[in-house]
Amino acid sequence: MGVKQVVKGNFATAVAAKLARVDVVPAYPITPSTLFPEQISQYVANGEMDAELLLTESEHSAMSAAIGASASGARVATSTASQGLKLMSEMLFIASGMRLPIVVAVGNRALSAPINIWCDHSDTMAERDSGWMQFYAESNQAALDLMLMAFKIAEDHRVLLPAMVGLDAFVLTHTMEGVDVPLQEEVDDFLPPYKPVYTLNVNNPMTFGSFGTPAHYMEFKYQQWEAMKSARKVIDEVFADFERKFGRKYEKVSEYRTDDAEIIFITMGSVSGTARAAVDRLRERGIKAGAAKIVVFRPFPLERIKDIAKKAEVLAVLDRAVSFGISGPVFTDIAGALTNEEEKPMLLDFIIGLGGRDITFRDFFEMAEIAKKTMKAGKVDDPVHWINLRKELLEGGA
Amino acid sequence: MDKITLGAVNTEPGSSLNYKTGSWRTMKPVLTPENCIFCNMCWEFCPDSAIEPADPKSKKPIRIDYDYCKGCGICVEECLANKNANLPNALEMVPEEK
Repeated sequence: MGVKQVVKGNFATAVAAKLARVDVVPAYPITPSTLFPEQISQYVANGEMDAELLLTESEHSAMSAAIGASASGARVATSTASQGLKLMSEMLFIASGMRLPIVVAVGNRALSAPINIWCDHSDTMAERDSGWMQFYAESNQAALDLMLMAFKIAEDHRVLLPAMVGLDAFVLTHTMEGVDVPLQEEVDDFLPPYKPVYTLNVNNPMTFGSFGTPAHYMEFKYQQWEAMKSARKVIDEVFADFERKFGRKYEKVSEYRTDDAEIIFITMGSVSGTARAAVDRLRERGIKAGAAKIVVFRPFPLERIKDIAKKAEVLAVLDRAVSFGISGPVFTDIAGALTNEEEKPMLLDFIIGLGGRDITFRDFFEMAEIAKKTMKAGKVDDPVHWINLRKELLEGGA
Repeated sequence: MDKITLGAVNTEPGSSLNYKTGSWRTMKPVLTPENCIFCNMCWEFCPDSAIEPADPKSKKPIRIDYDYCKGCGICVEECLANKNANLPNALEMVPEEK
């Protein structure tokens, strides 16, 4: 077994990159992910890691360099957040279209304006259509483990898609936590070297990122669509393999006390632990609550969500991001997943914890109250509620 | 028919040679070889390397590669024989026969 260490989330993702024997790390620092390239630079300087650390002039360049390095057959990882991910955005679509299995740790942080360095999921949610797989960590251990598994899933020839691993800004990136850091030989046994299908090679020249006319473009996109579909199977296989080798169990969606639940909270990331503790307290008060944590957001776990939906009267979705003019992004996906189901629960969407606002038990009690009222009414008028909103600060008052 | 590859990788180097882009043309430059003064200004200015240069020593005039010439007319504009009122024109734009 590995070595227990007390580490920050950014250390967990950096050590995962080292253990994965990443060849190239193109990086541009940004709060709260800066500790990642710092840690990698120490590893490289100490000779602990045989990697090329490229310090680029922007995140756009970092992702461009990642694409070039990955096309040459290297295993590539980097880390960014918030505005940095936005500056990468153009290149993210190119990485997935070129089918390059790059892995990025994203310290989930709010977007400007107003400028804010704290946690929410606006940055990665806005990239949910970029063709990247998305994993969300609840703990530093999960950040390390998901990062390791992301390489194996992304590089599988049935998938060949890039992946981002989200870890909540500060709550995980800068918080110390006991983490089981696997041994190098254990990781070598789990994760074989990357075997690309095509590589940039002067002795066998090829064109990468070529032109796609209207006669061919849709077929390339359909290949990506199919790759995301087969990723569902590969993710299950890799999660199972990881559990066999390291003893830690991962699921696309993890459930807690859902079997007889009337209200099920759907969460992603670090708030999931608070949700489970809140469920226990609600149960003490006689409210049949449960919780489900989405670990894999892309590909979206359609079947798991359908199964969980069968158990509840109300699904209470916590969205740490908002799609202005409709609802939170997780809510729309869940609603989409259930739309053709004959029987489905009522769906509520809670916009919560934007820009690093704490999510507390009191918030869960308030959401449970709204869910109870909804059950009593038997219908939903407006599904979207902003929780712990300080209306007294708004011009004109509440 | 060729199948599409993963990630739009083209595994055949130099395959653009198979694609004769001259078909885009609606007008084309036509050379009167005996009027060419071997100045090679057309070759200098051609944006698509569609002119084979003249050889002043052997008095070999320029040649236009219609496989790739897009018919932009820059060669006709730059031709020194055309610019000189005392010399007959060497290059002329004519509509492409369809």
